[in-house]
Amino acid sequence: MNPVTTVSGTAYPWGAKNIDTDVIIPAHWLKTITRAGLGRGAFETVRAQPGNIFDDPRYAGAPILIAGDNFGCGSSREHAAWALADMGIHAVIAPSFSDIFSGNAFKNGIVPVVLPQEAIDRLVEVAKDQPITVDLETMTVTTPFQDRFSFELDPFRRECLMNGLDEIGLTLERADAIGGYEKQLAAGRPWVEGRTRLAASQG
Amino acid sequence: MAQRPQTLYEKIWAAHVVERRPDGTCLIYIDRHLVHEVTSPQAFEGLRAAGRKVRRPELTLAVPDHNLPTTPRTDASGRLLPISDPESAQQLEALRRNTAEFGVDYIDATAAAQGIVHVVGPEQGFTLPGTTLVCGDSHTSAHGALGALAFGIGTSEVEHVLATQTLLLSPSKTMEVRVDGVLGHGVSAKDVVLAIIGKIGAAGGTGHVIEFTGSVIRNLSVEGRLTIANMSIEGGARAGLIAPDETTFAYLKDRPMAPKGADWDKAVAWWRTLPTDPGAVYDKVVTLDAADIAPNLTWGTSPEDVVPITGVVPDPDSFADPSKREAARKSLDYMGLTPGTAMQDISVQHVFIGSCTNSRIEDLRAAAAVARDRKVADGVRALVVPGSGLVKRQAEAEGLDRVFVRAGFEWREPGCSMCLAMNPDKVPPGERCASTSNRNFVGRQGPGARTHLLSPAMAAAAAVTGRLSDVRTLMVHE
Repeated sequence: MNPVTTVSGTAYPWGAKNIDTDVIIPAHWLKTITRAGLGRGAFETVRAQPGNIFDDPRYAGAPILIAGDNFGCGSSREHAAWALADMGIHAVIAPSFSDIFSGNAFKNGIVPVVLPQEAIDRLVEVAKDQPITVDLETMTVTTPFQDRFSFELDPFRRECLMNGLDEIGLTLERADAIGGYEKQLAAGRPWVEGRTRLAASQG
Repeated sequence: MAQRPQTLYEKIWAAHVVERRPDGTCLIYIDRHLVHEVTSPQAFEGLRAAGRKVRRPELTLAVPDHNLPTTPRTDASGRLLPISDPESAQQLEALRRNTAEFGVDYIDATAAAQGIVHVVGPEQGFTLPGTTLVCGDSHTSAHGALGALAFGIGTSEVEHVLATQTLLLSPSKTMEVRVDGVLGHGVSAKDVVLAIIGKIGAAGGTGHVIEFTGSVIRNLSVEGRLTIANMSIEGGARAGLIAPDETTFAYLKDRPMAPKGADWDKAVAWWRTLPTDPGAVYDKVVTLDAADIAPNLTWGTSPEDVVPITGVVPDPDSFADPSKREAARKSLDYMGLTPGTAMQDISVQHVFIGSCTNSRIEDLRAAAAVARDRKVADGVRALVVPGSGLVKRQAEAEGLDRVFVRAGFEWREPGCSMCLAMNPDKVPPGERCASTSNRNFVGRQGPGARTHLLSPAMAAAAAVTGRLSDVRTLMVHE
């Protein structure tokens, strides 16, 4: 994954609440066996409506999306994050995110920025004709009008994002600790590993 | 020194910490991993590309469910019928191939054990109290009904679990949802969980793990508890827990993959230590009184849009929050509904009884009790989709299939079916469905489809009357 330190540019000034992952990418796009090309299906039902924000030439290719509460609720499909990344979105700013979407965003180089509703309202106004900047170093969102909103990020996830770290690679370096845990597990709770394999149990 | 009283969640968490990083993130061991065809191909591909193996293949179980058509899978001579959608066929084949290559157990589409992943786990005894269980599906929260810390994960996390049998996680906050009292006649687990989501909102549980407590929860069967925990995610909580008890142990005993003999005794002894200690503190507490819960259903496009069947379509202007007013207006436009309309005056063209929320044997019994000796109304298409081949077999042994078929319902093969518009079972644009599934999102059951979430008995009532109906008026008091 490429490191992400700042995301700067135009932003879709959307602000809509409870945007679920079925809206971000409808289920029929989930039949793919690769991660690529899902931008074509992003917000398909929204884009079917004339005058929608995603086909507005003022925001074409915007790297930032401003949304309302509970962004990414619903299905765990990482396809939602893949679709956003594929359409060029690298930061989503909202008052809250679903936990699963938030995790998926980090793993795909998308910063989920949590700001209070008042900040969202202000940014939606500004973004109609001005660019905004999300800076991971200072953990701020700024506008050309000297607005400056601070946000927080999970320190570990921030570090992974800023350094483009591969979490699986990091965890595999802890193989000894995992092996040690498994020894304890086998002794203390043997039934966890003791299940017979499917073929045997079905026999 | 006496230990601080702990919640069920804290106990399971503590038992699974492999190590804690200085920033507070924990490496958490994952005891159980369920895999289906939709969210796993890219994870296996990632392993392959990096030359990595599955660390503990015996702790993962794979079963196809989302894409599978629910029409017969074999012809009269037992030959496998091809799947007509080439993309679905490719994804299903990828699961079979990937599990074979990486040594993961795989339940074939034609096996009796096949079913929806969240029906299969508990049914096989793969899901156990006090375990951590994950799956690339948000309704994994269902398994919390047995006291497992169970939650949905994205595909990158699926790959992480396959490669390391762990996840890097920060602890969640805890939320107790207590439901006390006695449920009224015709009120089921589905009505309870809809009432809870209506109360806390679709984002009410974000950042939290819910523990469902109280006499109503304790008196539910495991099937009913699965319905409740299943929809934790619709209230924003990644996981929902119910303390394991005698009901849980009786359900699990002798299941194919449950521990046996001395292992069973040892397991039960540990499971008995898991319930929340007296005096333990939750970050948030919400209480509901069973007497206030009627048969419920949804009117809009968020699971929080809940109304009792005796209610009316709300007026968007009645909401205090301006963004909710706007959302309600959009919802009603999409749903084709007018404020003030009695819910019972709304006619339906489709009825779907199934999904990981409501496709277990008790759900089918409740629906069949209403369908018995009645007919599906003209102009209604009604599907009954058992959650697994074993549920189907059990229902057939009890004669439920004949009750449904005689009434004019379609009796189908197990799978996710009309819950999510990934297989041929879809609701056409602009048509309305009374559905026992878990999501009423825009387009969830098909582009333009209008969904009302409700219980199996209420769905059956809608099927036989052709409109949303109060099941209590159709039930015989015993």
